[in-house]
Amino acid sequence: MAEYQNIFTQVQVQAEPEMGMVEGVELYNRSKGASFSTLAGWFGNAQLGPIYLGTMGVISLATGAIWFMLVGAWYWYQADLNPAVFLRDLFWFSLEPPAEEYGLGFAPLAEGGLWLIASFFFLISLSTWWVRTYLRAAALGMGKHVAWAFASALWLVLVLGLIRPIMMGSWSHAVPYGIFSHLDWTNLFSLTYGNLFYNPFHALSIVFLYGSALLFAMHGATILAVSRFGGDRELEQIADRGTASERAALFWRWTMGFNATMEGIHRWAWWFAVLVTLTGGIGILLTGTVVDNWYVWAQEHGYAPLN
Amino acid sequence: MALLSFERKYRVPGGTLVGGNLFDFWVGPFYVGFFGVTTFFFAALGTILIFYGAVLQGTWNPWLISINPPDIALGLGFAPLAAGGLWQIITVCAIGAFVSWALREVEICNKLGMGYHVPFAFGVAIFAYLTLVVVRPMLMGAWGYAFPYGIWTHLDWVSNTGYQYGNFHYNPAHMIAVSFFFTTALALSLHGALVLSAANPEKGKEMRTPDHEDTYFRDLIGYSVGTLGIHRVGLLLALNAGFWSAICIVISGTIWFEQWVTWWDWWLNLPWWAGIPGGVNG
Repeated sequence: MAEYQNIFTQVQVQAEPEMGMVEGVELYNRSKGASFSTLAGWFGNAQLGPIYLGTMGVISLATGAIWFMLVGAWYWYQADLNPAVFLRDLFWFSLEPPAEEYGLGFAPLAEGGLWLIASFFFLISLSTWWVRTYLRAAALGMGKHVAWAFASALWLVLVLGLIRPIMMGSWSHAVPYGIFSHLDWTNLFSLTYGNLFYNPFHALSIVFLYGSALLFAMHGATILAVSRFGGDRELEQIADRGTASERAALFWRWTMGFNATMEGIHRWAWWFAVLVTLTGGIGILLTGTVVDNWYVWAQEHGYAPLN
Repeated sequence: MALLSFERKYRVPGGTLVGGNLFDFWVGPFYVGFFGVTTFFFAALGTILIFYGAVLQGTWNPWLISINPPDIALGLGFAPLAAGGLWQIITVCAIGAFVSWALREVEICNKLGMGYHVPFAFGVAIFAYLTLVVVRPMLMGAWGYAFPYGIWTHLDWVSNTGYQYGNFHYNPAHMIAVSFFFTTALALSLHGALVLSAANPEKGKEMRTPDHEDTYFRDLIGYSVGTLGIHRVGLLLALNAGFWSAICIVISGTIWFEQWVTWWDWWLNLPWWAGIPGGVNG
């Protein structure tokens, strides 16, 4: 029975690599080679590559690398260029935004100026990556669903690092670049504004985050469970419903009285995942700008105890 | 009868674990089975007791209704109904309903010739719930360490429990769990978006194919995990999110009692760099 559960690919076949559809793709920007990884092949496709570079890809990777290097260079500075200290304190290092008194102006390099420069490159990198997600879909004549989903993640990033600091009047409200320091920032943010658990948009964001895990567990498990009927061929099942879709649908109908369709489940998935960062961004944006203390706000709106 | 156009031929007898043909029927769209009966029993009893708890509490505001566990002083004993006993019975009902639901899913899998992935995945969620309300309280010696059943009160519990260990974000298992949750949402958005973008192409274009999906992701990041692989990845990510959430709470108060930030001292105290001055911790 176990062999039907389809957890790993048991027989891997390797042939000439698939070099990809052409459609409207400028092929000189696509790499010419591809390789295979048996390890990757246990889970999914074994083929690695080819990859498309192009203007947006190059700008995005270059500016992203500059952001990474600037943050890393600051860490080395904090470590006094000592490799042992660099490794020991890696999670403790942090590139911090400027202090409150600099407002939205520039700051000396070591007092947040470097954070501003790094953030500029971070912004370019993310923006050009968004264009890339859009253009790669356009070149293949596909819908732009990936780009708009990524835009939702960008919204949260922009609220945290750009929009909210501008509304608060100081870069000091932005998130620092560091492992422990961004956790401290998150903790302090909640404490400063009266416990973020009472922010309804934070609650919604968590609901969608947990909901996304629930949905992907349900969907991934359902498709694997009907993979012996070809359930993983989702596009084919969308266009021409087969027994895999019928069984998958009936499983949920019999279990909970309701079922999605093979296409509809992906709309549920898209919205749940997109709403995580969409509602989260709204919740962050309102904090400190519109609402100063979520606990007091909750008391005023009748859902936190009045002590 | 709420029957889908293709449903009739799938409604076959058999595949039950318990009860033979006795409960082998449907009510509307729902399959019943022996475990449907037990699910209904536990769910109904638990719900009625929650309403009873609301009456005792004196509120019908759904945000504020809260069924609280017994005082910590009670330890692991039985509590009077109004002082945590309701919570205890409702917890038994919840476990009964969840386990029945999972076994009913197994029976439905049998009828439809499907793998057992969904009940297994649900089992991981049940495991996380059991960890919170049974395993950790028993290890700590009191039912009072479990969380209350209320929309806002359970958030208070999470907040209070977290701050008992300082900044809970420093809990390494919590870090892993959060990373899995975020990665699951990312992967889900990418999978949903990719399928939708192939099924709903640019105006005037024919529906795209799995080859377009592979090509898009290889162009974008140099790798496409494929139509089967993404469901393995998604299931694995989602189950790990739930599993590590259970781990991160069960180790707090059982094998770790201090601020989580001090857990990281072992790393700083490794002999080969402990004494070096400079940096943040020198």
